[in-house]
Amino acid sequence: MEALLRFQDVSFSYHTLDGETDVLSHISFEVKEGDFLAIVGPSGCGKSTILSLIAGLLKPEEGSIFFHEQLAAAHGTTAIGYMLQKDHLFEWRNIRKNAMLGLEIQRKKTKEHMDYVDTLLEKYGLEEFKTMRPSQLSGGMRQRAALIRTLALQPRLLLLDEPFSALDYQTRLEVGNDIGMIIREEEKTAILVTHDLSEAISLGNRIIVLSDRPCTVKDELQVVFPDGLSPLEKRNEPVFQEYFQSIWKEMRHHDGAA
Amino acid sequence: MTEQHKSRQELFLAEHRRMKYTVAAIRVISLVCLLILWEVASRAEWIDSFIFCSPSSIARCFVRMASDQSLFYHIWITLYETMVCFALSVLLGELFAILLWLSRRFARVMEPYLVVLNSLPKSALAPLLIVWLGANVKTIIVSGISVAIFGTILNLYTGFQEVDNEQIKLIRTLGGGKLQILKKVILPSTMPLLISIMKVNIGLSLVGVIIGEFLAANEGLGYLIIYGSETFKMDWMLMSIVLLCLIAMVLYKAIAALEKWYAKR
Ligand SMILES: Nc1ncnc2c1ncn2[C@@H]1O[C@H](COP(=O)(O)OP(=O)(O)O)[C@@H](O)[C@H]1O
Ligand SMILES: [Mg+2]
Repeated sequence: MEALLRFQDVSFSYHTLDGETDVLSHISFEVKEGDFLAIVGPSGCGKSTILSLIAGLLKPEEGSIFFHEQLAAAHGTTAIGYMLQKDHLFEWRNIRKNAMLGLEIQRKKTKEHMDYVDTLLEKYGLEEFKTMRPSQLSGGMRQRAALIRTLALQPRLLLLDEPFSALDYQTRLEVGNDIGMIIREEEKTAILVTHDLSEAISLGNRIIVLSDRPCTVKDELQVVFPDGLSPLEKRNEPVFQEYFQSIWKEMRHHDGAA
Repeated sequence: MTEQHKSRQELFLAEHRRMKYTVAAIRVISLVCLLILWEVASRAEWIDSFIFCSPSSIARCFVRMASDQSLFYHIWITLYETMVCFALSVLLGELFAILLWLSRRFARVMEPYLVVLNSLPKSALAPLLIVWLGANVKTIIVSGISVAIFGTILNLYTGFQEVDNEQIKLIRTLGGGKLQILKKVILPSTMPLLISIMKVNIGLSLVGVIIGEFLAANEGLGYLIIYGSETFKMDWMLMSIVLLCLIAMVLYKAIAALEKWYAKR
């Protein structure tokens, strides 16, 4: 099967007056239709940068990114949905209007698209909060609203940039579970970046482990769980611990060798 | 809610109300006392009643000028000029700040000029404006705008730049360009800043208009003050100043009401 996204030998540096920061060094990976790829790496290693490159917000200095076998930049950004670390729901809009933001920007506020957003809001328990301001909602509900804002444009590929890291531990487990289930239910292809190994194992079906900056791909593996388990249930499986231990050892081993 | 709990809440509210009424009463009483003292001092010739005037003669002056309508004309002129200055300073200030935000190069070029113009005492410009534009309403309006506009531009532009970069990134991830960023994030998120700038500008516009009227008018409250001082009509001057106090207060309250409405919306 052909890859939905091909990240091919990409290198990238930031340039400021203070100097040059080499962030990515010859990174390659692929994402197939239906994949849930989790990318783990330490803070500051360049995970957000990878997502910005995929979304076309940044251009690779070396290498190329193909989306549907076309250069990613040429494809425009609406086929790719990007969920940022914080929800950034606007306080001057109610929840429904926040969820419609993408449609407004794309000038796609047709009845059909708006109905789709309303269906999502209803399906994922935000029906009665539609007319409220973001500050009246809990962190978990806000994150769900932010996901619906991203889904509204019906992207082929979802990018999730540590979408749970601003939440407290308890909420984070629940929301992680929630969002994982929604993405599975809507049958989306997704890339999640996180510095939290257990989050990566419980959500992804493939994991890429990144090194410190300048960041390279250290390890890549498939994660297989019995069918139909939710991310929370996966955490209680014995294989979960095995994956965790082996990846953890791998990361430590490389650190020691370096 | 228990009976005891309720009565405690009521006690708290009663205390709060009492505080409010006490403050209001002290305000009114102290003002009345001051006016009475002024009146008595002036009648008893403890102070020179010609120079210091008296509340009653100010009131008589008000009634006289109100009855022949001339006063309302002067008030209207000053109010009108102030509102025009205010509207233009806010509108042009916002427009110029948007232009600066749209082009970073333009902003870098303009910055030092704006800083200098902002700290220049604007009253220094008024005589120049009279020569350039003539002693007329145009001069007054331009001098009023000049007092407020540079600060407006600088403050708004700074506010635009302080908008969270991640919020801008959000618009870009949804496929929006510069104009969408402006429309969906920059302008709405700096609305509170704009309103607080309006609060300052309404006062500054009044200052600018009065400076203009001192030099270039034959109507308006500023003109009444200058004319009063030239002809030693102390009651004209003091009455105009009292009226300016009232106007400043009403205008400020109007913007505060706008702010409240915006916050509640
Ligand atoms: N706009 C930028 N300009 C300069 N350096 C940047 C910029 N954005 C990120 N960086 C630097 O690049 C590195 C990688 O950033 P990022 O991709 O955000 O890491 P992560 O998401 O993994 O925490 C960090 O060291 C960060 O300081
Ligand atoms: Mg990051």
